[in-house]
Amino acid sequence: MKCKKCGETAALNMRQHKLALCQEHFLEWLPEQTQRFIEKYKMFTREDKILVAVSGGKDSLSLWDILHRLGYQADGLYIGLGIEQDYSDESRRLSEEFAAARGLKLNVVEIESTYGATIPELAEISNRGHGKPCSVCGLSKRYIMNRAAHDGDYTVLVTGHNLDDEVAVLMQNTLNWAGGYLARQAPVLEASRPGLARKAKPLCRFYEREMAAYAILRGIDYIYDECPHALGSTTLWYKEILNNMEEKRPGVKLQFYISFLQAKEEGLFAQPADAGAANLHPCDQCGQPTSAPGPEGCSFCRMWDKVRAVKGARLPAEVLATNLMQI
Amino acid sequence: MSDKPLVKLKYRNKDYEVPAGMTVRDAIKKVGLQPETVLAVLDKKLLTDDTVLREGMDIKLIAVISGGTSPPASPPPLLSAVVRVQERGQGVRP
Repeated sequence: MKCKKCGETAALNMRQHKLALCQEHFLEWLPEQTQRFIEKYKMFTREDKILVAVSGGKDSLSLWDILHRLGYQADGLYIGLGIEQDYSDESRRLSEEFAAARGLKLNVVEIESTYGATIPELAEISNRGHGKPCSVCGLSKRYIMNRAAHDGDYTVLVTGHNLDDEVAVLMQNTLNWAGGYLARQAPVLEASRPGLARKAKPLCRFYEREMAAYAILRGIDYIYDECPHALGSTTLWYKEILNNMEEKRPGVKLQFYISFLQAKEEGLFAQPADAGAANLHPCDQCGQPTSAPGPEGCSFCRMWDKVRAVKGARLPAEVLATNLMQI
Repeated sequence: MSDKPLVKLKYRNKDYEVPAGMTVRDAIKKVGLQPETVLAVLDKKLLTDDTVLREGMDIKLIAVISGGTSPPASPPPLLSAVVRVQERGQGVRP
């Protein structure tokens, strides 16, 4: 197969676009398209101070690489989860090496040293997530990312969610008719309340396959292994179904996502009365926005209260920024 | 024993052999993988799905799918499970 631009041997064929490109032109095309989506969805400008959540994986490191190449001011945030089988050690090492090689600033928050337990310990003690740590992991990452963005005066928090991530969530929420979540799914989540970071997903229009190709062709050293806890996850199950559909009908994932965004634009999904968002107030313990009533605090603080009762772990930090380690 | 020339494929820690002359796409299917979920790499270069495999090629298949941050509680949604989820008003945070 030949590159559509130059006629050289193609490196990747994107069937959904009927477009095959060689290495050189693919590495040009993907950042150009990223810039197009940043502008199309009004994600941020070059005046913004951007915090990129990095995990050591292909999506987040590629995103950071692209934003750096496009001239954005983007620092990284790595959250050490304490996942076993050397997964977290390796992902941190790769994130640090990536930042060091490009002279970029990486903020590091290690959950165990900051709060007193690893994510697997936290899952076990807090008894959330039906025996798997993914629920507490998601909650902890959302909390820390928001807090780090707020405390570090970043104007936007960006994540490496790709189109496969987005359509897996979309499909699950559609099958459950989770109206509130459907109404909120978008390339940009505005900072609708004080204390909430503005969030953007610049890779939301790229297939996971394209992001892996970008990382490989750009020579980005990323963690190939999947998180050991992801095995059997619902997200992977939906991705498999969607990829089986894509195999038979190229472009179906992209069409699903774009049609959804268009339908939202046209008012198909009315914003539900979101009592939670309307009643957001600062958590009594940590000051982060929460809809939880009473003095017991937000979900994150309540979760750590349980851990503290068992382990005697430290209280959540007053100001997380003081615990950020900058590489 | 077949004398047909073979091509080696490596995926994670498993080794496979397929007959030369197949396309990358067919070879990926032959070893039981979904073509959308892997990339074929030869000497640090990506191969498109229509590339015909030749004898002696040593191909690495790289998984492109990751994920696991959403709530993993539910098994494939049996009707009863879906009903429970609806009753609780659950979904996946975007």
